[in-house]
Amino acid sequence: MTAVARTDAPFAPPTLARRALRRLPWWIAFAFLVVTALLWVYPFIWMVSASLKDSLEIFSAGLQLIPETLAWENYGRAWEDANFGRYMINTVIVTVWTVAIVVIRCALCGYVLGRYTFRGSRIIMGILVATLFVPTGYTIIPIVKISLQLGLLNSLTGMILALSGAANVSAILIYAGYFRQLPKELEEAAVVDGASFFRVFFTIMLPLAMPVTATVALLTFLGTWNSFFLPLVFSFSRPELRTLSVGMQAFVGENAVDWAGMAAAGVISIVPVVALFIFLQRFFVEGIAGAVKS
Amino acid sequence: MATLSVRAGRKQVAGLHPKLEFSAARKAQNRRRNLWIWLFLMPTVVLYGLYTIYPIIASYWYSLVEWNGFEADQRFVGISNYQAVFADPMFWSSVKITLVFMLLVAPARIILSFLLAIVLNSPKLPFATLFRTVYFLPVVTTTAIVGVVMQFIFDPSSGPINSALRAFGISDGISFLGESSTALYTVAGVYVWKFFGITMIYWLAALQTISPDVNEAAKIDGANSVQIFRHITVPLLMPFLIIISLLTIEDTFRAFDLMQTMTGGGPFFSTEIIEIYIYRWAFAASIPQLGFASAAAVLFGLFVFVVGLIQLWGVYAARRLRADNQ
Repeated sequence: MTAVARTDAPFAPPTLARRALRRLPWWIAFAFLVVTALLWVYPFIWMVSASLKDSLEIFSAGLQLIPETLAWENYGRAWEDANFGRYMINTVIVTVWTVAIVVIRCALCGYVLGRYTFRGSRIIMGILVATLFVPTGYTIIPIVKISLQLGLLNSLTGMILALSGAANVSAILIYAGYFRQLPKELEEAAVVDGASFFRVFFTIMLPLAMPVTATVALLTFLGTWNSFFLPLVFSFSRPELRTLSVGMQAFVGENAVDWAGMAAAGVISIVPVVALFIFLQRFFVEGIAGAVKS
Repeated sequence: MATLSVRAGRKQVAGLHPKLEFSAARKAQNRRRNLWIWLFLMPTVVLYGLYTIYPIIASYWYSLVEWNGFEADQRFVGISNYQAVFADPMFWSSVKITLVFMLLVAPARIILSFLLAIVLNSPKLPFATLFRTVYFLPVVTTTAIVGVVMQFIFDPSSGPINSALRAFGISDGISFLGESSTALYTVAGVYVWKFFGITMIYWLAALQTISPDVNEAAKIDGANSVQIFRHITVPLLMPFLIIISLLTIEDTFRAFDLMQTMTGGGPFFSTEIIEIYIYRWAFAASIPQLGFASAAAVLFGLFVFVVGLIQLWGVYAARRLRADNQ
């Protein structure tokens, strides 16, 4: 009996009202998605709007999002007077160097760990996995102490080294996992042709790992650009070394009433990462999803 | 294998004692290989050793000394720092706040993002990519910047949220971040908004592992969508639930950036998580108590490590569960 009812159901033309009713949960879900999405972008829209209002309008306009006149001078104030131009240069320097160091060192390390077994390889792997989740709050005091001893505290070099030396274990694991599953014949052919270990890696293996490199570079870029704890501690006594995230907090501490300048500084700091995300979204999503799949 | 036999063959043609020559050549080759391997490991050994492994070990030593400033001398005091930490009610308060914060944000992130991922995964949904982009957007933005901006958004007099509450006549200004009773919940809300996208991507990746054929087959067998969800989707997602929960929970211990920029641990220490407690004693005190702060840091590190161990065990169990499913 049930079998007959089941096969008949799709062929019975449902009336318009019934179809609409059946789609009702869908419409509710859709409306919910739209409302949530608006809520999700609201803070950013508010920030952009505030960055273009003049200093008085911010306090009087209430919920009005569109400024009466576009006050572009807020950006000038943030860039020049509040030093965000300097902070931007610092952030770019720190981020570019950190990404380069992390990509190279993780690719090299992931390659040998993923492709070779040697004395100590299991121990190294074990140490890396055991320290996968070490929080910065735990390691920060010795990092500052050793940087002081090496004369690297209060310098961008010290900040770059500390950022590229901390964490990043997951990048090594991604590389190791990728290199492990490449077929053995790849390097055997090259070795017979007389290629060295070094050349096999740089001419065959590294180019093959381009998708991994893209993911690692992007996630490291994101993590470094957005980092706060280490840059904060490394620029305590030298404000000219602040990165954007540290500069933002300092700016608000000094100019609590300049909301428009604060918002402009926020837009300046966030636009590069958001632009990068929108253009390279696929790699971001794949990089993060990789944590679950592996 | 192919390389080895080719080489062995060549040596035999040369007419030397094959076995001896072969093993000597292989030894040299192995030595050269090992040299390369360690050369490749060098950057990681140096950098990771200096900035992660050494600090982990050094923290134990620092936790046993009295040390009032990075340039000051250290004096061995045994376990008295630990005694002081254990006797400090503010430490226990920060432990409690860290745990409460975790219990507030982890379930919200896991459950809400799961529901959203289910809807977003539906092939019939229009603009699915746009929605995904929007929900993920806060994740890529700088946490410290967002924290500062949120101070203004939640401002009691001119912030947009209070303006809206006033416009609708709900209240005339709540000091969300200025009251001990609301500050932690407010930061928790912002935290969920900020990092929710990561968990959503985890869930979408998990959902994509379920082949549409399975659902089709169930539909042909007469299952309705609720039945499909209960008897197919949920059991297949169980192992992912374990991994995603543990990744998310571990993530909640890294809330320093947001907490420091939104509240700085206040008001009246009501949002002081352990990382801020450590930061306050090591960097924000007029006389830094680095030994004391290191003792707190060691305890925090152990705590995170134990949670991590449970996590690895859970992932292992989840893998077995997944293997059983397939």
